Amino acid sequence: MKTAVVIVAIVAALTLQTTLAGLLAGGSIAVNLVLVAVVYLALSYGAVTGLLTGAIGGIAQDALAGGIVGLGGMSKTLVGFLVGVLGAQFNLSTTVPRMVMFVAATFVHQLVFEGLHAMIGGRHFSPQWTSTLVQALTNALIGVLAFALVENGPGAMQRRRMHRATLSKRRF
Amino acid sequence: MLDIRKRTGYIFLAVMIAQVILVSAQVQTRSGTRALQAVTFGVFSRIEIGTASAVDKVRNVWGSYVGLRGARAENEYLKQRVAALEVQLKMEHAQAARSERLQALLDLKSQSTIPMLAAEVIAGNPDTVMRTMTINRGSDDGVTADMAVIAPGGVVGRVIGPVAPHAARVQLLIDRTAAAGAVTERARAGGMVVGIEGDPPLRMDLVSNLADVKTGDAVVASGVDGIFPKGYFIGQVERVQRGSGLYQTITVRPGVSFSSLEDVLVVLTPPRPATRDEAPK
Repeated sequence: MKTAVVIVAIVAALTLQTTLAGLLAGGSIAVNLVLVAVVYLALSYGAVTGLLTGAIGGIAQDALAGGIVGLGGMSKTLVGFLVGVLGAQFNLSTTVPRMVMFVAATFVHQLVFEGLHAMIGGRHFSPQWTSTLVQALTNALIGVLAFALVENGPGAMQRRRMHRATLSKRRF
Repeated sequence: MLDIRKRTGYIFLAVMIAQVILVSAQVQTRSGTRALQAVTFGVFSRIEIGTASAVDKVRNVWGSYVGLRGARAENEYLKQRVAALEVQLKMEHAQAARSERLQALLDLKSQSTIPMLAAEVIAGNPDTVMRTMTINRGSDDGVTADMAVIAPGGVVGRVIGPVAPHAARVQLLIDRTAAAGAVTERARAGGMVVGIEGDPPLRMDLVSNLADVKTGDAVVASGVDGIFPKGYFIGQVERVQRGSGLYQTITVRPGVSFSSLEDVLVVLTPPRPATRDEAPK
């Protein structure tokens, strides 16, 4: 079930991301839906799911983007792992901490991604803080909305019970 | 047993190392990722094509829907506008025609020294036997029975009783039981105009075979009936036929178009007894 959710989330995020990019051809997309999916799944299912989702989603995104495959995967793997670890350590079940987590994850991802590109790809390290902030806020908004939709949608009580059971089993 | 904390760390390290190797392979030769890129792109491109097609369809449908709604709204607006303009045009035409009729009535009223009262035709008579109409003037306005009703085109008929306070019935000259003393304007041949069933709907009786009457002669009221003012136009001679007896058969085309009467004048002079001879004293 979890594997299916991960695959569906990654495919949906990639599809939406490429579709949005197609609709706004020539403009910049101020959202990274794959990253939103990685953070969401890391917060929901833990670090292992987060890092694996980050790896698969990042590599797929890299492969579709046409750059060096693995740079996005590494940065998203790191983000998925960190968010999963922090999600297990702290109570991130309310809106504000989740928003902070999405914003922080976006900044970490951007810094790592730019740093890896600078180290390996020979590109000048120049993070775009304003556009990163916009993307971070957009990601946070979409992520929080996704949580709200899932938690208040059909079958919410059942999912909450299952989630509590998953968290109680999780030690990390 | 492996600690889950350690297991997560190992998985993280393994995944990261695998990606470092992947990246290293690309930086060296780029040959290692071509297959991966090709497969990923090949698979995902189908999803993208499907999504793009779906999005295009949705956009087309939406665009068509919005366009259609706009066109429909515009069409409705234009239809309403055309209908409103048609109504306005008809009203203006009617207003212009009414103005002309009223002007003609006013001219007629001002030319005449006889007191007259303008009246509006408010109803016709559905009965085909009796040819009457109702006007919006009655006894309160001074209208009494046997008063003459005229129009710019000529004699219309006479008021018949009973007269209501605010309305009166008018017997048209073309009614079969109506009659008016008449004379041809050119030859002064006297006779009596009566209504008939036919076309034209008037006939001039009692005109001697010896009288000089020609087609096109104007027929005017002689005044001998004591109702219709002397000299008022009735119609024009359309056919003249010399009869085997004493009188000619003359049909008259009325000057008034009875089918489109809307405004008339009531001659307020009370009727006087009919005279046998119209010759001046």
